[in-house]
Amino acid sequence: MSIRTVTFDAIVVGGGGAGMRASLQMAQSGFKTALISKVFPTRSHTVSAQGGITCAIASSDPNDDWRWHMYDTVKGSDYISDQDAVEYMCSVGPEAVFELEHMGLPFSRTEEGRIYQRPFGGQSKNFGEGGQAARTCAAADRTGHALLHTLYQQNLKSGTQFYSEWYAIDMVTVGDKVAGVIACCIETGEVVFFKAKATVLATGGAGRIYSSTTNALINTGDGIGMALRAGLPVQDIEMWQFHPTGIAGAGVLVTEGCRGEGGYLVNKDGERFMERYAPNAKDLAGRDVVARAMMMEILDGRGCGPNGDHVHLKLDHLGEEVLLSRLPGICELSKTFGHADPVKEPVPVVPTCHYMMGGVPTNIHGQALRLSEGHEGEAQFVEGLFAVGEVACVSVHGANRLGGNSLLDLVVFGRAAGLFIEESLRQGMEQAEPSTDDIDRAMARLRRWENSTGGESVSELRNNLQSTMQNAFGVFRKGDLMEDGVSKVADLRARIANGHLEDKSMAFNTARIEALELDNLLEVAEATAIAAETRKESRGAHSRYDFPDRDDENWLCHSIFDPKTKTLGKRDVNFKPKTVDTFQPKVRTY
Amino acid sequence: MKVSIYRYNPETDKEPYMKEYELDTAGKNLMVLDVLNLLKEQDPTLGYRRSCREGVCGSDGMNMNGKNGLACVTALSEVAPGVFEGRKPLILRPLPGLPVVRDLVVDMTMFYNQYEKVQPYLQNNTPAPAIERLQSPEEREKIDGLYECILCACCSTSCPSFWWNPEKFLGPAALLQSYRFLADSRDTETDARLAKLDDPFSLFRCRGIMNCVSVCPKGLNPTRAIGHIRDMLLERGV
Repeated sequence: MSIRTVTFDAIVVGGGGAGMRASLQMAQSGFKTALISKVFPTRSHTVSAQGGITCAIASSDPNDDWRWHMYDTVKGSDYISDQDAVEYMCSVGPEAVFELEHMGLPFSRTEEGRIYQRPFGGQSKNFGEGGQAARTCAAADRTGHALLHTLYQQNLKSGTQFYSEWYAIDMVTVGDKVAGVIACCIETGEVVFFKAKATVLATGGAGRIYSSTTNALINTGDGIGMALRAGLPVQDIEMWQFHPTGIAGAGVLVTEGCRGEGGYLVNKDGERFMERYAPNAKDLAGRDVVARAMMMEILDGRGCGPNGDHVHLKLDHLGEEVLLSRLPGICELSKTFGHADPVKEPVPVVPTCHYMMGGVPTNIHGQALRLSEGHEGEAQFVEGLFAVGEVACVSVHGANRLGGNSLLDLVVFGRAAGLFIEESLRQGMEQAEPSTDDIDRAMARLRRWENSTGGESVSELRNNLQSTMQNAFGVFRKGDLMEDGVSKVADLRARIANGHLEDKSMAFNTARIEALELDNLLEVAEATAIAAETRKESRGAHSRYDFPDRDDENWLCHSIFDPKTKTLGKRDVNFKPKTVDTFQPKVRTY
Repeated sequence: MKVSIYRYNPETDKEPYMKEYELDTAGKNLMVLDVLNLLKEQDPTLGYRRSCREGVCGSDGMNMNGKNGLACVTALSEVAPGVFEGRKPLILRPLPGLPVVRDLVVDMTMFYNQYEKVQPYLQNNTPAPAIERLQSPEEREKIDGLYECILCACCSTSCPSFWWNPEKFLGPAALLQSYRFLADSRDTETDARLAKLDDPFSLFRCRGIMNCVSVCPKGLNPTRAIGHIRDMLLERGV
């Protein structure tokens, strides 16, 4: 089958913060750059980020130091983030944040006219010795919205070619190299080969593998699915962050900034229970620590509400003025989705799936890695392929991401990949030339759905998958439940392979997109399930009843899921930052 | 409850029609988007946009019982009296005034074109400092109520002036963004921006009808922003 080909120097798949920061870099230097996004870029999930972007710009504290931020990040990750990558992110961060401000991002301000910074969880001064830091740069509680719109505006100015409402189906590979992607125009149904020397995956997370999540409906792990189908590994995919404060019932996020501004959690007795679990940092301990404490309260019968299934986030003591100026979006969301006005009453909250720490393994330039055959732990580059943002695992978040570090990750590594690709293009990066068969291979799953004549519906299969993941791979995990989950997901693979797409029309067919998304949800779920069951320890967000302790002897390492064998390997964590001493693993307390 | 939805598939339908659905909401005061998601399980051919489902991405602007709004943050009880109680049907149509692609999905090209015309990006002709450009809290406060726009198009597609001249009148959303940069102390291109608006259509076709204000799901006030731009143009003319 022959389809139309369009050719670019670089294509970016995904129009969130990471994708648009990468495309901006390349478009500004005059390279022919296309950005393919399944939604109009400002509808991407970055828009929902609230509290801010953590970075040592030394506004709130003139003596702030990026090395303190690095320490917090490494500790927060429970020591399996790569220290060279964290070092890069924290040290380059200020430059990247000032650039955003120069682009027009409407940050909130201090009396001195500098960027306003608020305290967030897991932040400290002086390597954990100097008390709570305030390091998260904020535009009220709409930082993601402000950031995403600013980046879109700059891309408009720089001439990035947007393919909005185009859905990337699969990568086109030539042997070990990537030559671009096949994508479908949602409005017309036309399928086109986007050929490029560099393909950047910036497809974001996959929170929709769970039934309850803070994530947008579009977060279906499309890039992870594409990588796994191309036979590429994913790293630390068992590590899923459950955000302490999702609004009970709705799953909608309320920012950690609420606690940064002085809010705190209480159980049904009105007790500020975090004092028991994290005597120093209290409500601003790491997210994994707070989420577990909340679940313990609920499981011990101290939850709030008629079913005792959530706890309360108390904010009213902050006063109306602070709430309306610092947390206006939260006031709106709480009223709409929590039926609670934070000025008067507490917000019902429960830990909710929020962020995928794992992803496509990359170096700091965004180059995708694969493990070389037979050499455990040794990596090679995948020619032509890059990954940035939540879909990537560079890894700066390890087993638990700190609040405000995701936006920093987006801009620092979106920019880094852009810079690297620019330079590579200047030096004559090669284009892999696919055969008709290579292109045809990337169309296989589209064709499968198009030819389906009967079977279970997409919504039924998706609901099944989501509840399986929710029940077996939540905040607390247990061996036998996970084994059962792994086998249920394997059954679902067979059922989805026989799933039915009834509507085969061309014009804006959202049923087709949902079917293609389901394939990706399944890939992410399967990798998550197998990796979680195999990592026999508790670390960061991965917390097991049957292996309650951290096991540095066996598991102070990245996990690498290989889709060809469906088994879990290991990869060394980088403990060699270039300009500072290594942060040695310690017992992690807050 | 009864739901009546505008349906149109250009491949199979000669003209649009209203399709009636029955849905058991179990007495819950669902959001309109929840209703659509449940109906899509029954009828996967139903087309609409959605993403964040919390009112910040701007995907699911539509017309609900005659009024534009976001489906994800509009509860049944807020649509119109009697809808939640089941006495009246929920009636969903695409945003008015833009070409329909399919069902509740409209072609937003005209809307985005007008947005792009106002050069919606900060322009500053002085060299950038090594840190951020300073801005006082008072200066920053001037762009509150402006930068929060989510480009959902509820305002422009409720504006009769935009319906008449969608190519020449910029519409409330684009003008709000125009003022967002005019009001930003960091932007140096005030004069050039104003010069571009100084014709009979771009700005002055606003007749102060204020539909934009009454439908904005973020509580923003484009009419006021347009008023400020008028003042600036007037001052510039004197």
